[in-house]
Amino acid sequence: MKDKRGTSRKGGGNRNALSRRDFLRAGATVSGGLLAGESRAISAPAAPETQVLGPDEVPVTLRINGTENNVHMEPRVTLLDALRNHLDITGAKRVCDRGTCGACTVMIDGNPTYSCSVLAIEAQGHEITTIESLSDGTRFDPVIHAFVANDAQQCGFCTPGFVMACRAFLNKHPHPTLDQVKKGLSGNLCRCGTYHGVEHAVLEAAGMGHAGVMAPPGAPDRKS
Amino acid sequence: MQAFEYARPTTAEAAVALLGSQWGDSEVLAGGTDLVSLMKDYVVSPKRLVSLKDIKSLGGIEYKPKSGLRLGATVTFQELLDSPEIARNYPALVQAAQGVTSPQIRSRGTVGGDLCQRPRCWYFRLGYGLLAQSDGKPLVPDGDNRYHAILGNEGPAYFVNPSSLAPILIALGAKVRVQGQQGVREVSLHNFFITPKSAEEREYALQPNEMLTDILVPPPEGIHMALYEVRQKEALDWPLAAAAVAFKLSGGKVDDPRVVLGHVAPVPWPSLEAEHALEGNTVGEASADEAGKAAVSRATPLSKNAYKVKLAHVAVKRAILAAAKGGANA
Repeated sequence: MKDKRGTSRKGGGNRNALSRRDFLRAGATVSGGLLAGESRAISAPAAPETQVLGPDEVPVTLRINGTENNVHMEPRVTLLDALRNHLDITGAKRVCDRGTCGACTVMIDGNPTYSCSVLAIEAQGHEITTIESLSDGTRFDPVIHAFVANDAQQCGFCTPGFVMACRAFLNKHPHPTLDQVKKGLSGNLCRCGTYHGVEHAVLEAAGMGHAGVMAPPGAPDRKS
Repeated sequence: MQAFEYARPTTAEAAVALLGSQWGDSEVLAGGTDLVSLMKDYVVSPKRLVSLKDIKSLGGIEYKPKSGLRLGATVTFQELLDSPEIARNYPALVQAAQGVTSPQIRSRGTVGGDLCQRPRCWYFRLGYGLLAQSDGKPLVPDGDNRYHAILGNEGPAYFVNPSSLAPILIALGAKVRVQGQQGVREVSLHNFFITPKSAEEREYALQPNEMLTDILVPPPEGIHMALYEVRQKEALDWPLAAAAVAFKLSGGKVDDPRVVLGHVAPVPWPSLEAEHALEGNTVGEASADEAGKAAVSRATPLSKNAYKVKLAHVAVKRAILAAAKGGANA
């Protein structure tokens, strides 16, 4: 069954397509204006045979945490909505949905990215990493342990995005200074104000060993 | 968000062939960090998106001491910051890129997108159009204009240009290359930005079926340069005022200065007054302050943004002092 959640009820169908007829008519009007006196009709300088997809559903293949997923969705579906509503991968959170708060942070080819601001169709062919990859159910990434040990969350809603931003940051800066941590996490917001705990968690996780390697069960010593 | 068609051409020529000839028909999708949000809010609802993702020629950073720097339009902020050649030769460009604080934006946002970014004016973002009007009446002069223009604001446009890179690029004499239906043209970045007279226009000199492909920056030889931004918050926000300066020093005297203000006018604002004040002077607290004062001498603040006059004044002063201190590029 197709899951249509997360797509707006407005639009849909072909109503917003730029039809070939509209396009040629509009093109002819303007080129007529610009090229007054010239008899040349609109002649596109190069390959107009590029395939145009949508606006209806198209097949999209997303490689997420090492696994290929084949889904059908409209080109307007964001990566965040594809993850949450089409693939039931709900670690990334939908908060501002405008590329500001960071709760939807995932990695694309290792780079921290707001998944709310990337169209799923644009993420094809890239390696998408979500917070689900940081645990196998019994073992957890050092960043997660460090968040717990340093009280780096309160309500917890920003946490998955923060953890992914921290992991991406540590992969690039394995031995950061506090100042680097502050700058490196400037793409995430926490309304509860747990920044102090997050900063300490990152510094602690940096000292907990090789970036990206999960700690064995029971490895972290709680501070308190 | 309205549904749309999606195309992913492999050449710039094919891309512009896919663009419609009216604003509203189509949009160019680069990083999407702002466009996707504008579409979610129905501020723009293109019928077709043309993705630049597969156009290899739009990427790449090339630097040659003789010809200068070429930045492909889809170079990301992170790629710019990771370039040792830019760090060595154009330190103020690095300062400008660092102003985009979020790593998530930097890894996705592109230099071309930065130049073509739509204004942050909240009336525009709430659907009142580029000129922020309701029933033909401008909302900004009597509204909440604390972040709006203090220069070039005689109307009907009151927004400020949001670009992080444009002020320093203009100060360095950059040009942009534009792919159109009939071929490629070059335009100085200074002339790329325009103050729209109607809500149907855009704030940059592109036809609906044209797109920016490259940014070309002259060699930095002997140039002292700096960018200074004044911000309310350390991160995740646009500056309240910014100043970019570039000049040579001959015998300790300023030669051929360029001073460009950001976030104070509908376009990046070259300040001839500040340049005139600086020309031929030695750089010091007093002369830098004079230039700052000159830069805002013709400012006409709105009801709630007089504070920006002082910020712009100080930004110019500090940028000049920083540029002189920073040393010239060999």
